[in-house]
Amino acid sequence: MGFLKVDNVKISGIVSAVPEKVVKNMDLDLFANQQEAEKFISITGIEEKRHANIDVCTSDLCFHAAEELISKLNWNKEEIDILILVTQTPDYVVPNTSIILQDRLGLPKTCICFDVPLGCSGYVYGLSIISQFLQNGSFNKGILLVGDTLSKQCSSLDKSTYPLFGDAGCATALEFNRGSEMRFNLWSDGSGYNSIIVPDGGYRNPLAEKSLLQEADSSGNVRSKINTYMNGTEVFSFGISEVPKEIKKFMTHFDINVADVDFAIFHQANKFMNEMIRKKIGLSKEQVPYSLHKFGNTSSATIPLTISTLDDSVKNRNILMCGFGVGLSIGIVQTQIEEDFINVLLEV
Amino acid sequence: MEDFLDAFVEILDDTDRSILLAETIYKDLDEWDSMTALMLIAMFDEKYEKKITGNDIKEATTLNDLYLIALK
Repeated sequence: MGFLKVDNVKISGIVSAVPEKVVKNMDLDLFANQQEAEKFISITGIEEKRHANIDVCTSDLCFHAAEELISKLNWNKEEIDILILVTQTPDYVVPNTSIILQDRLGLPKTCICFDVPLGCSGYVYGLSIISQFLQNGSFNKGILLVGDTLSKQCSSLDKSTYPLFGDAGCATALEFNRGSEMRFNLWSDGSGYNSIIVPDGGYRNPLAEKSLLQEADSSGNVRSKINTYMNGTEVFSFGISEVPKEIKKFMTHFDINVADVDFAIFHQANKFMNEMIRKKIGLSKEQVPYSLHKFGNTSSATIPLTISTLDDSVKNRNILMCGFGVGLSIGIVQTQIEEDFINVLLEV
Repeated sequence: MEDFLDAFVEILDDTDRSILLAETIYKDLDEWDSMTALMLIAMFDEKYEKKITGNDIKEATTLNDLYLIALK
């Protein structure tokens, strides 16, 4: 059982940074006709997303988000004890991007920095890691950065990925705070590792000339072996079966009633799938906000980005968050957002 | 089977129920695409409480093949 309770840590604020460039799915040549594009939008809910310019990395979006967050919270950078970056689109294969950001953000050399290469579930895993560093009070303040620039990893000729994914980088501040609670359920199923995969470029299939060849699959989607491949039907099947099951187990384990949840923030993958999950848990539409119509699937950033679209309405609220996808992996957390919570959505 | 075909036509927008038969090769229907596949998975989940996988869909050719999965 992946249940975990962390005491004395609160989420103090979130700043989400999205690129200015808007890409509308109705405008993509990828769809055969307007009807096909309309059907895609009506099922996935994704009308548009943001794309970073060619010279903008995930770390750049996260850098701006972190600077704004530290400034809004009026934190002294010397007090930041830990910085974690959750991303699948780092600056380099080696070294970890979070360490580069330590220097760029002017954080002290005593700051613990490392990357976590998770995707859709990564925000919750990041919260679980950082909160455990902070829970006994030896460390006081931490920053969790999450995000991806998947527009660069997906083939623009692949309907199964390109219209879904957008770019974003979010910074979340956590600090030691006596009395606060975070409850987690973490779940993994590696048998589905190839449901979402970039096949080449690691050490199982090292980058070779053939990795770059663009090939059409049986559905006519064209991609190379260094592009993201997603088996949408497998992921959908996983999403509507395992995710509600794990949320229900989590709520039973921690004795959380559906009515106790003010907002359930789900990973923004596909509205049709998320609505099925919502109904299975018995949550109302008002309890489950969406941001995917504007920003698409931004991987580990979808949960904080959705929170950032809610402005002050999340203050003093009981929030359940659930990330799920690549791995396959699920992360669920529940916590209370306080009155002094900082919440900003930034265009960079 | 008729009940299954009634449910199947519900996931389509413009296809006439009368052309759906047990031997229909459903992937040849004009409307069949990856989005319809998601709706099929949802239909199996809601109506039959069955988990149908991407591989099941890949291997099933006719509507009868799908119906047999629903009966399992």
